[in-house]
Amino acid sequence: MLSYLIRRIVNAVITLLVVTMVTFGIFFAVPTITGSDPALLYIGKTADPASLEGIRTKLGLDDPIPVQYGKFLKGLVAGRDYANGADVTHCDAPCLGYSFKTEQEVTPLLISDIPVTLSLAIGAAILWVLFGVATGVLSALKRGTFLDRAAMTGALAGVSLPIYFTGQLALLIFIHELGWLPDAAYTPFLEDPAGWFTGLILPWVTLAFLFAATYARLTRANMLETLGEDYIRTARSKGLPERTVIGKHGLRAVLTPLVTVFGLDFGTLLAGAILTEQVFNLRGLGYQALTAIRQNDLPVILGVTLIAAIFIVVINLIVDLLYSVIDPRVRLG
Amino acid sequence: MSIGPEASITDERSAPTDDPAAERGSGEKAIAGRSLKQIAWRRLKRDKVALAGAVVVILLVILAVLAPVLTRLWGYPINEFHGDQIDPTIQTPLGAYGGISKDFLLGVEPGSGRDIFSRILYGAQTTLVVAILSALVSTILGGLLGLAAGYLGGWVDSVISRVMDFLLAFPQLLFAIALVSVLPDDLFGLDGRWSRVIVLIGVIGFFGWPYIGRIVRGQTLSLREREFVEASKSLGARSGRILFKELLPNLAAPILVYTTLIIPTNILTDAALSFLGVGIPPPNPSWGGMLSDALTYYTFDPMYMIIPGSMIFITVLAFNLFGDGLRDALDPKAR
Repeated sequence: MLSYLIRRIVNAVITLLVVTMVTFGIFFAVPTITGSDPALLYIGKTADPASLEGIRTKLGLDDPIPVQYGKFLKGLVAGRDYANGADVTHCDAPCLGYSFKTEQEVTPLLISDIPVTLSLAIGAAILWVLFGVATGVLSALKRGTFLDRAAMTGALAGVSLPIYFTGQLALLIFIHELGWLPDAAYTPFLEDPAGWFTGLILPWVTLAFLFAATYARLTRANMLETLGEDYIRTARSKGLPERTVIGKHGLRAVLTPLVTVFGLDFGTLLAGAILTEQVFNLRGLGYQALTAIRQNDLPVILGVTLIAAIFIVVINLIVDLLYSVIDPRVRLG
Repeated sequence: MSIGPEASITDERSAPTDDPAAERGSGEKAIAGRSLKQIAWRRLKRDKVALAGAVVVILLVILAVLAPVLTRLWGYPINEFHGDQIDPTIQTPLGAYGGISKDFLLGVEPGSGRDIFSRILYGAQTTLVVAILSALVSTILGGLLGLAAGYLGGWVDSVISRVMDFLLAFPQLLFAIALVSVLPDDLFGLDGRWSRVIVLIGVIGFFGWPYIGRIVRGQTLSLREREFVEASKSLGARSGRILFKELLPNLAAPILVYTTLIIPTNILTDAALSFLGVGIPPPNPSWGGMLSDALTYYTFDPMYMIIPGSMIFITVLAFNLFGDGLRDALDPKAR
């Protein structure tokens, strides 16, 4: 168990290093090859050569790219000083540098965005797992009935509907036509729990509908496969009540593959519910990422990608550990 | 959101014994291959829903191909402004339902008064080209690398598998946005529209290959242990022959199914990128771009959001229905 954990953590760190390297490569190396200058991005096209040179020295943009990458890593672990002669700025670890556009420190900027995305993702995840799995199980048990067909038609429609369409439809119907809800917005939970809930309920439901459709289809397929297994027949012939057969023996086997999918989906969602945040105008990590990419704000892009990758790697690790708890057949080793 | 086709995890398990072609030895391969096609075709013909999906897909392809002709007949050039159709104060179309009329079949764009009918048709062109060709890129990459990983094993397998795991557990949309936005606007002397189409095909195709690669690898792993491969080996066949003459025909069914099922996902990704402003550059029409513009207008002119949204929905649904039907026809146990 311990050696497994250590191996997985080493693996996770390697993955994170590769992600930062690839991002670094894309955003620092590609502009150099195509001939645009990061220092120009930072200071604007009107800059005079002297201040441009100053910026270059200060940000270390004159160094070869591997050296720049090394400095970036050092900043993450130990903090970093940006120096241009007497003008020294210290940036505490974990330092992700300064935004090219707003000159703010990137780390606190991104940390302030995390609660928005986290609220969005957790609320939606609870909804979609509950509804998706319940629909899938019911559909499988009532296979071939009207209920099954209606649910599966709905689910197929769900996987074919993009959120940037359903989101606008939902906004139009529930906010502008019916007036049931205030505008979608993020209010910190600790400030106003009710406002937090009403502001996010529409994004949650819209996002959850999309994922619930996928989960319902997956659950149904897995449940049907499981119900054909010998151990289900054994459980039934032992005289166990149907509720125990389905709930304890069936559902457990169904959940195992779902947990993997959930890990991937939830991780990616935390990595930036870019589309959802864009539609509902929520200022989370995804919104930040998109703004940064549009403005070529390299340090912010690098920061968001790193945080996103950390979320994905950590959640996948948790999922793999959970695996051995849910499925007794799995042994970690 | 998940970018790849769903259910890949369960499908990897329900591997080759479910495949009717794999049940047969190499001796009757020629006959078996044809009869699988016949069986599948017969099943597909009975599946009305899948056929409806196929008909819609074919119809959409025809519409996209004939876009210039249809525009000349019933529409207006995509970038022609019609200020007379627009309310000058609030910028929305004058007519009801987004300005739908005899002249403007699907109404006009708020603000500029451009013809939505022709913009939808030209949007279909880029969307379908990107979705289908990027699915081909994924299939070729995934097929070759999956085959190599499954057949060669050893360090080749571990490297390819590691790369696939890495790509699957990755902020893909974020990276697609990032990649698309740093690549230059003009490539190979093409105009902005088609050079961006090439970039999109490359990026979407690249992020899609692990889905196919995993399935091909899984199938190859168990196929290579079968008697007909051994027989071929003992007759002195080289690796190339075994890979492409023995294994590939047995992999054709799953590859075909997953190529079809990856297309709707690609349509959604393509539209998402255009929605986020890194896809097809304006003023060229794209469904995602229209939905992005609609964010400004949807409260006053909902039709401008509903039309491109419904087009995406219909197209994706049609491909999904056809793909599901194809899977059921080729692999009845997967149902």
